Amino acid sequence: METYTAMRHFADSWGLLAMAIFFVAAAIFAFRPGSRKSADDAARIPFKED
Amino acid sequence: MRYGTEIALLVLFTFLALLGAAFAADEPFRQHMTILFFVLAVSTVVLLRNTNFAPAAPVDPDAYMDGPVRYGAIATVFWGVVGFLIGVVVALQLAYPDLNIEPWFNFGRMRPLHTSAVIFAFGGNALIATSMYVVQRTSRARLFGGNLPWFVFWGYQLFIVMAATGYLLGISQSREYAEPEWYVDIWLTIVWVAYLVVFLGTIIKRKEPHIYVANWFYLSFIVTIAMLHVVNNLAMPVSIVGSHSYSLFSGVQDALTQWWYGHNAVGFFLTAGFLGMMYYFVPKQANRPVYSYRLSIIHFWALIFLYIWAGPHHLHYTALPDWAQTLGMVFSIMLWMPSWGGMINGLMTLSGAWDKIRTDPIIRMMVTAIAFYGMATFEGPMMSVKAVNSLSHYTDWTIGHVHSGALGWNGLITFAAMYYMVPKLWGRERLYSLRMVTWHFWLATLGIVVYAAVMWVAGIQQGLMWREYDDHGFLVYSFAETVAAMHPYYVMRALGGAMFLAGALVMAYNITMTILGYQREEEPIGGRSTALQPAE
Repeated sequence: METYTAMRHFADSWGLLAMAIFFVAAAIFAFRPGSRKSADDAARIPFKED
Repeated sequence: MRYGTEIALLVLFTFLALLGAAFAADEPFRQHMTILFFVLAVSTVVLLRNTNFAPAAPVDPDAYMDGPVRYGAIATVFWGVVGFLIGVVVALQLAYPDLNIEPWFNFGRMRPLHTSAVIFAFGGNALIATSMYVVQRTSRARLFGGNLPWFVFWGYQLFIVMAATGYLLGISQSREYAEPEWYVDIWLTIVWVAYLVVFLGTIIKRKEPHIYVANWFYLSFIVTIAMLHVVNNLAMPVSIVGSHSYSLFSGVQDALTQWWYGHNAVGFFLTAGFLGMMYYFVPKQANRPVYSYRLSIIHFWALIFLYIWAGPHHLHYTALPDWAQTLGMVFSIMLWMPSWGGMINGLMTLSGAWDKIRTDPIIRMMVTAIAFYGMATFEGPMMSVKAVNSLSHYTDWTIGHVHSGALGWNGLITFAAMYYMVPKLWGRERLYSLRMVTWHFWLATLGIVVYAAVMWVAGIQQGLMWREYDDHGFLVYSFAETVAAMHPYYVMRALGGAMFLAGALVMAYNITMTILGYQREEEPIGGRSTALQPAE
Protein backbone atom coordinates (compact mmCIF):
# COMPACT_ATOMS: atom_id res chain seq x y z
CA MET A 1 0.00 0.00 0.00
CA GLU A 2 1.13 3.54 -0.69
CA THR A 3 2.42 5.44 2.35
CA TYR A 4 -0.25 8.09 1.88
CA THR A 5 -3.08 5.54 1.79
CA ALA A 6 -1.68 3.60 4.73
CA MET A 7 -1.38 6.72 6.86
CA ARG A 8 -4.85 7.90 5.90
CA HIS A 9 -6.36 4.54 6.85
CA PHE A 10 -4.55 4.64 10.17
CA ALA A 11 -5.63 8.23 10.81
CA ASP A 12 -9.34 7.62 10.23
CA SER A 13 -9.45 4.33 12.16
CA TRP A 14 -7.10 3.61 15.07
CA GLY A 15 -5.75 7.16 15.28
CA LEU A 16 -9.26 8.61 15.49
CA LEU A 17 -10.32 6.01 18.04
CA ALA A 18 -7.25 6.59 20.24
CA MET A 19 -7.79 10.35 20.29
CA ALA A 20 -11.52 10.02 20.97
CA ILE A 21 -10.85 7.64 23.88
CA PHE A 22 -8.19 9.98 25.28
CA PHE A 23 -10.54 12.93 25.13
CA VAL A 24 -13.48 11.12 26.72
CA ALA A 25 -11.20 9.73 29.43
CA ALA A 26 -9.83 13.24 30.14
CA ALA A 27 -13.38 14.59 30.41
CA ILE A 28 -14.50 11.77 32.72
CA PHE A 29 -11.37 12.24 34.84
CA ALA A 30 -12.07 15.96 35.20
CA PHE A 31 -15.59 15.24 36.47
CA ARG A 32 -14.81 12.10 38.52
CA PRO A 33 -16.45 11.92 41.95
CA GLY A 34 -14.50 13.93 44.47
CA SER A 35 -12.83 16.16 41.91
CA ARG A 36 -14.74 19.25 43.03
CA LYS A 37 -12.60 19.71 46.12
CA SER A 38 -9.26 19.39 44.29
CA ALA A 39 -10.52 21.61 41.45
CA ASP A 40 -11.55 24.31 43.93
CA ASP A 41 -8.11 24.13 45.54
CA ALA A 42 -6.41 24.37 42.14
CA ALA A 43 -8.54 27.39 41.22
CA ARG A 44 -7.09 29.22 44.25
CA ILE A 45 -3.44 28.78 43.19
CA PRO A 46 -3.12 32.32 41.72
CA PHE A 47 -4.11 33.80 45.10
CA LYS A 48 -1.34 32.10 47.09
CA GLU A 49 1.26 34.58 45.86
CA ASP A 50 1.00 38.14 44.66
CA MET B 1 33.96 37.46 33.91
CA ARG B 2 30.40 38.70 33.50
CA TYR B 3 28.90 37.97 30.05
CA GLY B 4 32.14 36.17 29.02
CA THR B 5 30.47 33.46 26.93
CA GLU B 6 27.90 35.88 25.58
CA ILE B 7 30.56 38.31 24.35
CA ALA B 8 32.59 35.52 22.72
CA LEU B 9 29.53 34.20 20.91
CA LEU B 10 28.43 37.67 19.83
CA VAL B 11 31.88 38.41 18.39
CA LEU B 12 31.77 35.11 16.49
CA PHE B 13 28.31 35.81 15.05
CA THR B 14 29.24 39.40 14.21
CA PHE B 15 32.17 38.04 12.20
CA LEU B 16 29.93 35.45 10.50
CA ALA B 17 27.47 38.22 9.57
CA LEU B 18 30.35 40.18 8.04
CA LEU B 19 31.40 37.11 6.04
CA GLY B 20 27.79 36.64 4.96
CA ALA B 21 27.71 40.22 3.68
CA ALA B 22 31.07 39.79 1.90
CA PHE B 23 30.24 36.54 0.12
CA ALA B 24 26.49 37.15 -0.39
CA ALA B 25 24.99 35.41 -3.42
CA ASP B 26 22.37 38.12 -3.92
CA GLU B 27 22.00 41.82 -3.17
CA PRO B 28 19.14 41.60 -0.58
CA PHE B 29 21.13 39.04 1.43
CA ARG B 30 24.17 41.37 1.40
CA GLN B 31 22.07 44.26 2.71
CA HIS B 32 20.38 42.03 5.30
CA MET B 33 23.70 40.68 6.60
CA THR B 34 25.09 44.23 6.77
CA ILE B 35 22.19 45.20 9.02
CA LEU B 36 22.76 42.08 11.13
CA PHE B 37 26.47 42.93 11.37
CA PHE B 38 25.76 46.41 12.77
CA VAL B 39 23.08 45.16 15.19
CA LEU B 40 25.41 42.49 16.57
CA ALA B 41 28.42 44.84 16.66
CA VAL B 42 26.48 47.40 18.71
CA SER B 43 25.25 44.62 21.04
CA THR B 44 28.84 43.46 21.53
CA VAL B 45 29.99 46.96 22.43
CA VAL B 46 27.11 47.37 24.90
CA LEU B 47 28.00 44.08 26.62
CA LEU B 48 31.72 44.92 26.67
CA ARG B 49 30.96 48.21 28.40
CA ASN B 50 28.84 46.45 31.01
CA THR B 51 31.16 43.60 31.84
CA ASN B 52 33.28 43.40 34.96
CA PHE B 53 35.61 40.92 36.58
CA ALA B 54 34.27 41.10 40.14
CA PRO B 55 32.66 37.88 41.32
CA ALA B 56 28.94 37.92 40.56
CA ALA B 57 26.57 38.61 43.44
CA PRO B 58 24.84 35.42 44.56
CA VAL B 59 21.32 35.01 43.19
CA ASP B 60 18.51 34.30 45.63
CA PRO B 61 17.11 31.02 44.23
CA ASP B 62 13.66 31.78 45.64
CA ALA B 63 13.26 35.32 44.31
CA TYR B 64 11.30 35.70 41.10
CA MET B 65 13.25 36.69 38.00
CA ASP B 66 11.27 39.68 36.75
CA GLY B 67 13.92 41.49 34.69
CA PRO B 68 12.99 39.85 31.37
CA VAL B 69 9.29 40.32 32.22
CA ARG B 70 9.82 44.08 32.75
CA TYR B 71 11.69 44.38 29.45
CA GLY B 72 8.97 42.27 27.83
CA ALA B 73 6.24 44.62 29.07
CA ILE B 74 8.06 47.64 27.63
CA ALA B 75 8.67 45.79 24.35
CA THR B 76 4.98 44.83 24.17
CA VAL B 77 3.85 48.45 24.47
CA PHE B 78 6.54 49.68 22.05
CA TRP B 79 5.89 47.09 19.33
CA GLY B 80 2.15 47.52 19.82
CA VAL B 81 2.35 51.21 18.96
CA VAL B 82 4.68 50.47 16.01
CA GLY B 83 2.47 47.66 14.68
CA PHE B 84 -0.76 49.68 14.95
CA LEU B 85 0.91 52.66 13.27
CA ILE B 86 2.00 50.51 10.32
CA GLY B 87 -1.57 49.17 10.22
CA VAL B 88 -2.96 52.67 9.83
CA VAL B 89 -0.37 53.38 7.12
CA VAL B 90 -1.27 50.27 5.09
CA ALA B 91 -4.99 51.08 5.51
CA LEU B 92 -4.31 54.53 4.04
CA GLN B 93 -2.21 52.98 1.25
CA LEU B 94 -5.26 50.93 0.22
CA ALA B 95 -7.45 54.04 0.25
CA TYR B 96 -4.85 56.30 -1.40
CA PRO B 97 -2.51 54.24 -3.62
CA ASP B 98 -0.18 57.26 -4.07
CA LEU B 99 1.12 56.53 -0.56
CA ASN B 100 2.94 53.46 -1.90
CA ILE B 101 6.57 54.58 -1.87
CA GLU B 102 8.67 52.29 -4.03
CA PRO B 103 10.40 50.00 -3.47
CA TRP B 104 10.70 49.66 0.32
CA PHE B 105 7.33 50.97 1.43
CA ASN B 106 5.05 49.27 -1.09
CA PHE B 107 1.88 47.69 0.28
CA GLY B 108 3.27 44.27 -0.63
CA ARG B 109 6.20 44.77 1.75
CA MET B 110 4.37 46.81 4.38
CA ARG B 111 1.53 44.34 4.83
CA PRO B 112 3.66 41.48 6.23
CA LEU B 113 5.47 44.14 8.28
CA HIS B 114 2.12 45.03 9.86
CA THR B 115 0.93 41.45 10.42
CA SER B 116 4.26 40.30 11.87
CA ALA B 117 4.61 43.42 14.02
CA VAL B 118 1.20 42.99 15.66
CA ILE B 119 1.12 39.18 15.88
CA PHE B 120 4.73 38.31 16.61
CA ALA B 121 6.26 41.51 17.99
CA PHE B 122 3.29 42.83 20.04
CA GLY B 123 1.48 39.53 20.70
CA GLY B 124 4.65 37.45 20.98
CA ASN B 125 6.32 39.76 23.49
CA ALA B 126 3.08 39.90 25.49
CA LEU B 127 2.91 36.09 25.54
CA ILE B 128 6.55 35.61 26.48
CA ALA B 129 6.42 38.28 29.22
CA THR B 130 3.11 37.19 30.76
CA SER B 131 3.96 33.48 30.56
CA MET B 132 7.20 34.12 32.47
CA TYR B 133 5.26 36.22 35.00
CA VAL B 134 2.46 33.67 35.44
CA VAL B 135 4.53 30.49 35.51
CA GLN B 136 6.70 31.80 38.35
CA ARG B 137 3.76 32.90 40.49
CA THR B 138 1.62 29.81 39.95
CA SER B 139 4.56 27.40 40.34
CA ARG B 140 6.08 29.44 43.17
CA ALA B 141 9.51 28.95 41.59
CA ARG B 142 12.15 31.16 39.98
CA LEU B 143 12.54 30.92 36.20
CA PHE B 144 14.72 27.98 35.19
CA GLY B 145 17.97 28.34 33.28
CA GLY B 146 20.04 31.17 34.78
CA ASN B 147 20.42 33.84 32.09
CA LEU B 148 18.49 31.83 29.49
CA PRO B 149 15.30 33.99 29.87
CA TRP B 150 17.42 37.00 28.85
CA PHE B 151 18.58 35.12 25.79
CA VAL B 152 14.94 34.36 24.95
CA PHE B 153 14.01 38.05 25.25
CA TRP B 154 16.91 39.49 23.25
CA GLY B 155 16.97 36.61 20.76
CA TYR B 156 13.30 37.20 20.05
CA GLN B 157 13.88 40.94 19.52
CA LEU B 158 16.66 40.07 17.05
CA PHE B 159 14.21 37.79 15.22
CA ILE B 160 11.73 40.69 15.01
CA VAL B 161 14.36 43.12 13.69
CA MET B 162 15.62 40.62 11.09
CA ALA B 163 12.08 39.73 9.96
CA ALA B 164 11.01 43.39 9.70
CA THR B 165 14.10 44.64 7.85
CA GLY B 166 13.95 41.60 5.57
CA TYR B 167 10.40 42.40 4.47
CA LEU B 168 11.33 45.98 3.60
CA LEU B 169 14.32 44.74 1.59
CA GLY B 170 11.99 42.43 -0.33
CA ILE B 171 13.07 39.17 1.30
CA SER B 172 10.03 36.91 1.68
CA GLN B 173 9.22 33.24 1.23
CA SER B 174 5.57 34.20 0.58
CA ARG B 175 4.03 32.00 3.26
CA GLU B 176 1.39 33.94 5.13
CA TYR B 177 2.39 34.81 8.73
CA ALA B 178 5.65 32.91 8.05
CA GLU B 179 7.30 35.26 5.57
CA PRO B 180 10.88 35.28 7.01
CA GLU B 181 13.40 33.30 4.98
CA TRP B 182 15.24 30.15 6.05
CA TYR B 183 18.09 31.71 8.09
CA VAL B 184 15.70 33.84 10.18
CA ASP B 185 13.51 30.73 10.66
CA ILE B 186 16.48 28.76 11.99
CA TRP B 187 17.25 31.56 14.44
CA LEU B 188 13.64 31.62 15.70
CA THR B 189 13.76 27.84 16.16
CA ILE B 190 16.81 28.20 18.44
CA VAL B 191 15.16 30.97 20.47
CA TRP B 192 11.91 29.03 20.72
CA VAL B 193 13.62 25.87 22.00
CA ALA B 194 15.34 28.02 24.67
CA TYR B 195 11.91 29.44 25.58
CA LEU B 196 10.49 25.91 25.91
CA VAL B 197 13.44 24.92 28.14
CA VAL B 198 12.87 27.96 30.40
CA PHE B 199 9.11 27.39 30.67
CA LEU B 200 9.18 23.61 31.06
CA GLY B 201 12.15 23.77 33.44
CA THR B 202 10.24 26.18 35.68
CA ILE B 203 7.20 23.90 35.69
CA ILE B 204 9.35 20.86 36.50
CA LYS B 205 10.98 22.53 39.51
CA ARG B 206 7.68 24.00 40.79
CA LYS B 207 6.84 23.98 44.50
CA GLU B 208 3.09 23.92 43.84
CA PRO B 209 2.02 20.28 43.28
CA HIS B 210 -0.71 21.11 40.74
CA ILE B 211 0.06 22.75 37.39
CA TYR B 212 -2.38 25.67 37.14
CA VAL B 213 -4.54 25.67 34.00
CA ALA B 214 -3.02 28.90 32.61
CA ASN B 215 0.31 27.08 32.34
CA TRP B 216 -1.33 24.25 30.37
CA PHE B 217 -2.50 26.76 27.80
CA TYR B 218 0.88 28.51 27.66
CA LEU B 219 2.72 25.19 27.32
CA SER B 220 0.44 23.94 24.53
CA PHE B 221 1.06 27.26 22.74
CA ILE B 222 4.86 26.93 23.02
CA VAL B 223 4.98 23.25 21.98
CA THR B 224 2.52 23.58 19.09
CA ILE B 225 4.14 26.71 17.67
CA ALA B 226 7.49 24.88 17.67
CA MET B 227 5.97 22.01 15.68
CA LEU B 228 4.08 24.27 13.25
CA HIS B 229 7.05 26.54 12.66
CA VAL B 230 9.47 23.70 11.89
CA VAL B 231 7.16 21.76 9.53
CA ASN B 232 5.80 24.80 7.67
CA ASN B 233 9.31 26.18 7.08
CA LEU B 234 10.92 23.00 5.76
CA ALA B 235 12.76 24.42 2.76
CA MET B 236 15.95 24.10 0.76
CA PRO B 237 18.06 27.27 0.49
CA VAL B 238 19.41 28.03 -2.98
CA SER B 239 22.70 29.11 -1.45
CA ILE B 240 24.07 29.06 2.09
CA VAL B 241 24.79 32.78 1.60
CA GLY B 242 21.59 33.63 -0.26
CA SER B 243 18.12 34.88 0.65
CA HIS B 244 16.10 32.43 -1.45
CA SER B 245 14.77 29.00 -0.60
CA TYR B 246 12.28 26.53 -2.01
CA SER B 247 9.65 24.75 0.06
CA LEU B 248 9.93 20.96 0.34
CA PHE B 249 6.22 20.76 -0.51
CA SER B 250 4.57 21.63 -3.77
CA GLY B 251 1.09 22.26 -5.10
CA VAL B 252 -1.89 21.48 -2.91
CA GLN B 253 0.25 19.82 -0.21
CA ASP B 254 2.13 23.09 0.10
CA ALA B 255 -1.11 25.04 0.37
CA LEU B 256 -2.48 22.71 3.03
CA THR B 257 0.77 22.81 5.04
CA GLN B 258 0.65 26.61 4.86
CA TRP B 259 -2.92 26.76 6.19
CA TRP B 260 -2.41 24.01 8.72
CA TYR B 261 0.27 26.37 10.03
CA GLY B 262 -1.69 29.55 9.39
CA HIS B 263 -4.87 28.58 11.15
CA ASN B 264 -3.04 27.03 14.08
CA ALA B 265 -1.04 30.23 14.44
CA VAL B 266 -4.50 31.70 15.14
CA GLY B 267 -5.49 28.72 17.28
CA PHE B 268 -2.40 28.31 19.40
CA PHE B 269 -0.59 31.67 19.24
CA LEU B 270 -3.58 34.02 19.31
CA THR B 271 -6.02 31.77 21.18
CA ALA B 272 -4.39 29.20 23.48
CA GLY B 273 -1.61 31.53 24.62
CA PHE B 274 -3.97 34.43 25.28
CA LEU B 275 -6.41 32.09 27.10
CA GLY B 276 -3.49 31.40 29.44
CA MET B 277 -3.46 35.15 30.06
CA MET B 278 -7.22 35.15 30.63
CA TYR B 279 -7.11 32.29 33.16
CA TYR B 280 -4.58 34.13 35.32
CA PHE B 281 -5.21 37.86 34.97
CA VAL B 282 -9.04 37.86 35.01
CA PRO B 283 -9.25 35.99 38.36
CA LYS B 284 -6.47 38.18 39.78
CA GLN B 285 -8.02 41.48 38.74
CA ALA B 286 -11.52 40.39 39.81
CA ASN B 287 -10.08 38.84 42.98
CA ARG B 288 -12.21 35.73 42.53
CA PRO B 289 -11.18 32.22 41.42
CA VAL B 290 -12.16 31.11 37.93
CA TYR B 291 -15.87 30.23 37.62
CA SER B 292 -15.35 26.49 37.00
CA TYR B 293 -11.91 24.97 37.12
CA ARG B 294 -13.22 21.68 35.73
CA LEU B 295 -14.77 23.47 32.78
CA SER B 296 -11.38 25.05 32.12
CA ILE B 297 -9.84 21.56 31.82
CA ILE B 298 -12.52 20.46 29.34
CA HIS B 299 -11.99 23.79 27.54
CA PHE B 300 -8.29 23.02 27.22
CA TRP B 301 -8.55 19.47 25.87
CA ALA B 302 -11.47 20.20 23.54
CA LEU B 303 -9.75 23.30 22.15
CA ILE B 304 -6.44 21.64 21.35
CA PHE B 305 -8.07 18.46 19.96
CA LEU B 306 -10.31 20.39 17.57
CA TYR B 307 -8.25 23.42 16.49
CA ILE B 308 -5.49 21.44 14.82
CA TRP B 309 -7.94 20.17 12.13
CA ALA B 310 -9.57 23.48 11.21
CA GLY B 311 -6.95 24.73 8.69
CA PRO B 312 -8.52 23.31 5.49
CA HIS B 313 -11.41 25.81 5.75
CA HIS B 314 -8.99 28.34 4.21
CA LEU B 315 -8.96 26.22 1.03
CA HIS B 316 -12.65 25.79 0.22
CA TYR B 317 -13.37 25.34 -3.51
CA THR B 318 -9.68 24.81 -4.32
CA ALA B 319 -7.76 21.74 -5.56
CA LEU B 320 -7.83 20.37 -2.01
CA PRO B 321 -9.88 17.10 -1.93
CA ASP B 322 -13.51 17.62 -0.95
CA TRP B 323 -13.29 15.34 2.07
CA ALA B 324 -10.47 17.48 3.49
CA GLN B 325 -12.46 20.69 2.92
CA THR B 326 -15.49 19.17 4.66
CA LEU B 327 -13.29 17.93 7.52
CA GLY B 328 -11.95 21.45 8.04
CA MET B 329 -15.46 22.87 8.02
CA VAL B 330 -16.87 20.29 10.46
CA PHE B 331 -14.05 20.76 12.95
CA SER B 332 -14.39 24.53 12.71
CA ILE B 333 -18.07 24.28 13.59
CA MET B 334 -17.34 21.95 16.49
CA LEU B 335 -14.95 24.60 17.80
CA TRP B 336 -17.99 26.64 18.79
CA MET B 337 -18.35 24.46 21.89
CA PRO B 338 -14.93 24.87 23.54
CA SER B 339 -14.74 28.52 22.46
CA TRP B 340 -18.04 29.42 24.03
CA GLY B 341 -17.36 27.19 27.03
CA GLY B 342 -14.19 29.18 27.61
CA MET B 343 -15.93 32.49 27.06
CA ILE B 344 -18.66 31.60 29.58
CA ASN B 345 -16.00 30.46 32.04
CA GLY B 346 -14.16 33.78 31.72
CA LEU B 347 -17.27 35.95 31.95
CA MET B 348 -18.87 34.01 34.81
CA THR B 349 -15.71 34.48 36.86
CA LEU B 350 -17.24 37.91 37.49
CA SER B 351 -20.53 36.53 38.77
CA GLY B 352 -21.30 38.32 42.00
CA ALA B 353 -18.86 41.10 41.09
CA TRP B 354 -20.48 42.56 38.00
CA ASP B 355 -20.50 45.99 39.62
CA LYS B 356 -16.74 46.13 39.00
CA ILE B 357 -17.43 46.76 35.31
CA ARG B 358 -18.64 50.18 36.38
CA THR B 359 -15.82 51.03 38.76
CA ASP B 360 -12.80 49.17 37.37
CA PRO B 361 -11.82 50.05 33.80
CA ILE B 362 -9.33 47.14 33.68
CA ILE B 363 -12.14 44.66 34.41
CA ARG B 364 -14.22 46.42 31.77
CA MET B 365 -11.42 45.89 29.26
CA MET B 366 -11.16 42.20 30.17
CA VAL B 367 -14.91 41.63 29.88
CA THR B 368 -14.99 43.34 26.49
CA ALA B 369 -11.99 41.26 25.37
CA ILE B 370 -13.79 38.04 26.33
CA ALA B 371 -16.96 39.25 24.62
CA PHE B 372 -14.96 39.86 21.43
CA TYR B 373 -13.44 36.39 21.82
CA GLY B 374 -16.98 35.02 21.86
CA MET B 375 -18.06 37.10 18.86
CA ALA B 376 -14.98 36.27 16.76
CA THR B 377 -15.25 32.54 17.56
CA PHE B 378 -18.91 32.64 16.56
CA GLU B 379 -18.21 34.43 13.30
CA GLY B 380 -15.24 32.21 12.36
CA PRO B 381 -17.09 28.87 12.31
CA MET B 382 -19.97 30.55 10.49
CA MET B 383 -17.57 31.77 7.79
CA SER B 384 -16.02 28.30 7.52
CA VAL B 385 -19.37 26.89 6.30
CA LYS B 386 -18.83 26.38 2.57
CA ALA B 387 -21.97 28.24 1.48
CA VAL B 388 -21.04 31.30 3.56
CA ASN B 389 -17.41 31.02 2.55
CA SER B 390 -18.34 31.18 -1.15
CA LEU B 391 -19.54 34.73 -0.43
CA SER B 392 -17.02 35.81 2.21
CA HIS B 393 -13.73 34.33 0.99
CA TYR B 394 -11.19 36.72 -0.56
CA THR B 395 -13.34 39.71 0.52
CA ASP B 396 -12.75 42.30 3.24
CA TRP B 397 -15.20 40.46 5.48
CA THR B 398 -12.29 38.14 6.33
CA ILE B 399 -10.15 41.15 7.22
CA GLY B 400 -12.93 42.49 9.45
CA HIS B 401 -13.28 39.10 11.16
CA VAL B 402 -9.55 38.84 11.83
CA HIS B 403 -9.46 42.34 13.29
CA SER B 404 -12.44 41.88 15.62
CA GLY B 405 -10.56 38.90 17.03
CA ALA B 406 -7.10 40.44 17.00
CA LEU B 407 -7.93 43.98 18.17
CA GLY B 408 -10.88 43.00 20.34
CA TRP B 409 -9.69 39.82 21.97
CA ASN B 410 -5.88 39.80 21.74
CA GLY B 411 -5.45 43.56 21.95
CA LEU B 412 -7.78 44.30 24.86
CA ILE B 413 -6.77 41.29 26.99
CA THR B 414 -3.10 42.24 26.48
CA PHE B 415 -3.72 45.88 27.43
CA ALA B 416 -5.59 44.74 30.55
CA ALA B 417 -2.77 42.34 31.49
CA MET B 418 -0.20 45.16 31.05
CA TYR B 419 -2.27 47.52 33.23
CA TYR B 420 -2.41 44.83 35.89
CA MET B 421 1.22 43.73 35.65
CA VAL B 422 3.19 46.96 35.24
CA PRO B 423 2.46 48.55 38.67
CA LYS B 424 3.31 45.23 40.35
CA LEU B 425 6.52 44.71 38.34
CA TRP B 426 7.87 48.14 39.25
CA GLY B 427 6.49 48.13 42.79
CA ARG B 428 4.10 51.04 42.19
CA GLU B 429 1.04 51.47 44.36
CA ARG B 430 -1.23 51.99 41.35
CA LEU B 431 -1.27 53.07 37.72
CA TYR B 432 -0.44 56.68 36.83
CA SER B 433 -4.05 57.21 35.80
CA LEU B 434 -7.17 55.04 35.80
CA ARG B 435 -9.09 57.72 33.92
CA MET B 436 -6.68 57.27 31.01
CA VAL B 437 -7.47 53.54 31.01
CA THR B 438 -11.10 54.53 30.49
CA TRP B 439 -10.07 56.77 27.59
CA HIS B 440 -8.03 53.93 26.13
CA PHE B 441 -10.96 51.56 26.54
CA TRP B 442 -13.42 53.75 24.66
CA LEU B 443 -10.99 54.75 21.90
CA ALA B 444 -10.06 51.10 21.31
CA THR B 445 -13.59 49.71 21.52
CA LEU B 446 -15.13 52.35 19.26
CA GLY B 447 -12.22 51.94 16.84
CA ILE B 448 -12.85 48.19 16.63
CA VAL B 449 -16.59 48.66 16.16
CA VAL B 450 -16.01 51.15 13.32
CA TYR B 451 -13.43 48.84 11.75
CA ALA B 452 -15.46 45.63 11.95
CA ALA B 453 -18.79 47.17 10.91
CA VAL B 454 -17.23 48.90 7.90
CA MET B 455 -15.49 45.71 6.80
CA TRP B 456 -18.72 43.70 7.02
CA VAL B 457 -20.47 46.11 4.70
CA ALA B 458 -17.44 46.34 2.39
CA GLY B 459 -16.88 42.57 2.29
CA ILE B 460 -20.47 41.57 1.65
CA GLN B 461 -20.82 44.26 -1.04
CA GLN B 462 -17.58 43.07 -2.65
CA GLY B 463 -18.72 39.42 -2.56
CA LEU B 464 -22.10 40.25 -4.06
CA MET B 465 -20.57 42.41 -6.82
CA TRP B 466 -18.16 39.63 -7.80
CA ARG B 467 -20.97 37.10 -8.27
CA GLU B 468 -23.53 39.37 -9.99
CA TYR B 469 -24.54 38.08 -13.45
CA ASP B 470 -26.82 39.75 -15.96
CA ASP B 471 -29.57 38.05 -18.02
CA HIS B 472 -27.06 36.90 -20.64
CA GLY B 473 -24.81 35.26 -18.10
CA PHE B 474 -22.12 37.95 -18.19
CA LEU B 475 -20.50 39.41 -15.07
CA VAL B 476 -22.06 42.80 -14.30
CA TYR B 477 -18.97 44.39 -12.73
CA SER B 478 -15.37 44.41 -13.83
CA PHE B 479 -12.86 43.76 -11.05
CA ALA B 480 -11.63 47.37 -11.14
CA GLU B 481 -15.18 48.58 -10.47
CA THR B 482 -15.40 46.45 -7.33
CA VAL B 483 -12.07 47.94 -6.17
CA ALA B 484 -13.25 51.51 -6.78
CA ALA B 485 -16.46 50.82 -4.84
CA MET B 486 -14.36 50.07 -1.73
CA HIS B 487 -12.82 53.54 -1.44
CA PRO B 488 -15.22 55.09 1.13
CA TYR B 489 -15.02 51.97 3.30
CA TYR B 490 -11.23 52.00 3.19
CA VAL B 491 -11.18 55.61 4.39
CA MET B 492 -13.55 54.77 7.26
CA ARG B 493 -11.49 51.68 8.12
CA ALA B 494 -8.38 53.85 8.41
CA LEU B 495 -10.33 56.09 10.81
CA GLY B 496 -11.25 53.09 12.99
CA GLY B 497 -7.61 51.99 13.02
CA ALA B 498 -6.46 55.51 13.88
CA MET B 499 -8.78 55.52 16.91
CA PHE B 500 -7.31 52.20 18.07
CA LEU B 501 -3.80 53.65 17.60
CA ALA B 502 -4.75 56.77 19.58
CA GLY B 503 -5.86 54.53 22.45
CA ALA B 504 -2.52 52.69 22.35
CA LEU B 505 -0.67 56.04 22.53
CA VAL B 506 -2.67 56.95 25.65
CA MET B 507 -1.61 53.58 27.12
CA ALA B 508 2.04 54.16 26.20
CA TYR B 509 2.00 57.49 28.07
CA ASN B 510 0.15 56.01 31.05
CA ILE B 511 2.51 53.02 31.32
CA THR B 512 5.61 55.22 30.92
CA MET B 513 4.49 57.56 33.71
CA THR B 514 3.65 54.55 35.92
CA ILE B 515 7.11 53.10 35.38
CA LEU B 516 8.71 56.48 36.16
CA GLY B 517 6.77 56.48 39.44
CA TYR B 518 4.27 59.31 38.94
CA GLN B 519 0.63 59.29 40.05
CA ARG B 520 -1.89 61.55 38.39
CA GLU B 521 -4.03 63.65 40.73
CA GLU B 522 -7.54 62.72 39.64
CA GLU B 523 -11.08 62.13 40.80
CA PRO B 524 -11.57 58.43 41.65
CA ILE B 525 -13.93 56.55 39.35
CA GLY B 526 -17.43 56.66 40.78
CA GLY B 527 -16.76 60.07 42.35
CA ARG B 528 -15.34 60.93 45.75
CA SER B 529 -17.33 59.22 48.46
CA THR B 530 -18.81 61.84 50.71
CA ALA B 531 -18.60 61.11 54.40
CA LEU B 532 -22.02 60.58 55.95
CA GLN B 533 -23.11 63.48 58.11
CA PRO B 534 -24.97 62.79 61.33
CA ALA B 535 -28.45 64.26 61.31
CA GLU B 536 -28.80 67.27 63.57
